[in-house]
Amino acid sequence: MTAALALVFFYAPLEAEQGFLQKIFYLHVPLAIVSLCGFVLGGILAIAHLRTRDARWDYRSYVVIHMALIFGLATLITGSIWAKGSWGHWWVWDEPTLVSFLIVFLLYATYQPLRFAIEDPERQARYASVFAITAGAFVPLNFIAVRMSSAFLHPRVLGSTSNLPGPMALTFLVSLAAIALLYATLCKYELTAKHTRAQVRALRRRLAGEEEGDDGGRAPTRSAAPSAPPVPRTAARSAG
Amino acid sequence: MIALIAESPALPLHEAGKYVAGAYIVLLAMVLVYVAIMAVRMSRTERELGELLAELDRREAGESPPREPGSAS
Repeated sequence: MTAALALVFFYAPLEAEQGFLQKIFYLHVPLAIVSLCGFVLGGILAIAHLRTRDARWDYRSYVVIHMALIFGLATLITGSIWAKGSWGHWWVWDEPTLVSFLIVFLLYATYQPLRFAIEDPERQARYASVFAITAGAFVPLNFIAVRMSSAFLHPRVLGSTSNLPGPMALTFLVSLAAIALLYATLCKYELTAKHTRAQVRALRRRLAGEEEGDDGGRAPTRSAAPSAPPVPRTAARSAG
Repeated sequence: MIALIAESPALPLHEAGKYVAGAYIVLLAMVLVYVAIMAVRMSRTERELGELLAELDRREAGESPPREPGSAS
C-alpha cells in the first residue's frame, strides 16, 4: 500500500487533460475492479456451497460479498468525488458505467436483508447461495454490456493498457495489487473474527449444558450472518 | 457529456488537491472505521472468553476433590 501511494504521488506523471485530479484513478478503478471480482468470487464460493453442502463455503461467500460491498461503497464515493472535480457534478445519471455500478451495488445491498429474512439457517444458506450465483453471473454480463454499448462515453483505460504510458501502467498495477491485498487481508480478518466468535458461543452453550447436536452449533439469535461450522469435539479436545 | 468532458480544463493543483485528498481520506476513514468496529467486537469476544475460562475454573475447583493441607506445592 505504501509502495502504491509512493508511486502514485512521486513516480506517476501528471495526466495531460486532468492533471493532478487523475490521481484518483489509481484508487477508484482498482477499488471497482476488486469489488466486482469479489462479487464474482462470492458466486463461485456459493457454487462450491451448493455442490458440497458444506457450510464453510457459504460462510466464505458471505464474508467475500460483504467485503466487496464495502469496497463498492468506497468505489461509489471516490467516483463521485472524481466526477465532482472533473465534471462539476457529484453524480451523472446519463453515464452508463456509473449507473450500472450503482445497480450492481444496490443488487448486492439486498443480499443481507435477504439472509436476515430467512430464519432457518439451511434455507438461508441455500437461498443466499442461489442469489450469489445469479448476481455473480450478472456482474460480468453487465460489465460487458456497458462496455459494448458505451465505449465512447466513459474514459477507457483498462483493457487498452497500451494507452497508458509505462510509469502510469506500472503505478496502476501496483495500486491494483495493493487494493487486492487489502481486500484479502480484511476478508481473512473478518473470517477469523467471526469464526472465533462462533467458537466462543459454542463453548458457552457447551458449558451451559446444552447438547451441541440439538441445533448443530448454530447461533441462538436470528442473524444475517451465517454461523460458523461447529468444531468437532475430538478436534477441540486434541487442540486443548 | 462528451462536450462537458472535452471542455473541462486540467484543474490547478490547489483546486484538484482537495478532491484527491478527499478520495484517499475517504478510503482511509472507511478502513479505520471497519477496523475499529472489528476491534470492538474482538474485545467483546475476548471478554466472553475470559468469562468462560473463569466459569471453567470455578467448576473445576468445585468438582475437584479436597486436597490435604500441605500437599499443594
